[in-house]
Amino acid sequence: MDALMLDGNAVAGILQEVFAVEMTTAIGTCNRCGGTDRVGALHVFRGAGIVMRCPHCDNALVTIVEDGTRVWIGFAGVRTLQVTV
Amino acid sequence: MSPIVSRGFRGRRDGAPNDRVPPGQYVTRDFPVLSAGPTPHRPLELWDFSIVGEVDEPRRWTWEEFRALPSEEVTVDIHCVTKWSKLDTVWQGVSVDTLLDGVETAAEYVVPFSDGGYTTNLPLEDVTGGKAWVAFAYDGEPLEPEHGGPARMLVPHLYFWKSAKWVRGLRLSAIDEPGFWEVNGYHNYGDPWQEQRYWGD
Amino acid sequence: MNWRVAEVVNVVPETPRVKTVAFDVPGWPGHRAGQHVDVRLTAEDGYQAQRSYSIASVPDGTRVELTVERLEDGEVSPYLTDGLRPGDRIELRGPVGGYFVWEPSQGGPLLLVAGGSGVVPLMAMIRARAVAGSDIDARLLFSSRSWEEVIYRGELERLGGGGLTVVHTLTRSQPPGWAGYARRVDAEMLVEVGPSPSRLPGVYVCGPTPFVEAVAEALVELGHEPHRVRTERFGPTGGE
Repeated sequence: MDALMLDGNAVAGILQEVFAVEMTTAIGTCNRCGGTDRVGALHVFRGAGIVMRCPHCDNALVTIVEDGTRVWIGFAGVRTLQVTV
Repeated sequence: MSPIVSRGFRGRRDGAPNDRVPPGQYVTRDFPVLSAGPTPHRPLELWDFSIVGEVDEPRRWTWEEFRALPSEEVTVDIHCVTKWSKLDTVWQGVSVDTLLDGVETAAEYVVPFSDGGYTTNLPLEDVTGGKAWVAFAYDGEPLEPEHGGPARMLVPHLYFWKSAKWVRGLRLSAIDEPGFWEVNGYHNYGDPWQEQRYWGD
Repeated sequence: MNWRVAEVVNVVPETPRVKTVAFDVPGWPGHRAGQHVDVRLTAEDGYQAQRSYSIASVPDGTRVELTVERLEDGEVSPYLTDGLRPGDRIELRGPVGGYFVWEPSQGGPLLLVAGGSGVVPLMAMIRARAVAGSDIDARLLFSSRSWEEVIYRGELERLGGGGLTVVHTLTRSQPPGWAGYARRVDAEMLVEVGPSPSRLPGVYVCGPTPFVEAVAEALVELGHEPHRVRTERFGPTGGE
């Protein structure tokens, strides 16, 4: 457990700016362990950018880097994302 | 739309001479803890540091062997891509030149790799010639886990994401292999004086 | 969804370290209990800082209230609690967060577990429940350092009853004659406060990360379904 760790809900703002829909209730599948979780329940770390990790196996699912105008979102660890539109 | 200025807000910053602060940076007296993942807690008896990849012979040091290598105290300024800079930070570490002493390689690139899976990438010439260390102490004390202990890279001339925390070795490579942040939006090289923060900068 | 300008209406102390700042936010679209905003402050030279704060108030036109704890070493919170005057402006992005949300239509029973300023989004839920005139079984287990530091203490006393149970635990000091809990939230306390996992309550836990970790783990060990336990971690000391 890391005292600095947050929940996926903490990045709801930036995700909604990019995707224009509520993303914290989207369900992601980890491509390493197959775990499925709401984005809001992922473990959020703030490094140089934001990393959202699988709460079961710590796999990096999503990375977010922003410069104020551009946002780079990496989904390297997500096999599938289920979004309600 | 231009951001609204909030009256009286200053933030936690210090003044500093301009020639020591790269563009877009603010000086702090804190040492913010930023991390891409959970803090590893590797016991020293299970720690080693290796040089692998494009080398004639891989090398490996246990913690005792690593700490028996000649080390030096260095005072450097560090610059994080998230805009804070910290001046005159004091570290103790083993120079990468010492670790690579006698290593034969045709590699032009190096990939520091860490517990937890983090990697970054640098040209080999950016970690040699007195430019980089594997640091095990900060401010006179053993490096704390939250700041990358037992040992981390220290490459002060580049943005601090290149100074991989919890480093376990260097992989020498003939080709450039963008690391964790480099594939996810941050600049491949990361020179703070040219403000190379993001792709395309 | 972008940054909106928010103008300070007033700043009201709640406890020695905590204040509620009321903003007028033109164009505010309304919000749901549990949602938060991202706050952005820009200094004259362009320096920016950004933090997230839970919305404390129920939807009320363009009015949005944030309850903020002033952190010793904070960069943003001291400015919000001590630096703002009516008429000052900041920027907000939101409302955001659909994961940590409760509406009366979701029903109950409801278990809310708060650590310090983690009570803010849970209070928004309690207030939403009151405004809706709901009598859903709702229980707030609220951990604070001392009686003086219990945020919303008076209002919680007034709202108690009619299906809402408020249980305090005071971890550092207690007033003379205190007969309530005086320790950190643990499994035994959670069992006593209830409701039992067999009633399938919705559970919301909010506070500093170590608090949330310990409570969430205890709840799951007691038999609450992990996906029914929603957590909002504030970081090491509550958001900074």
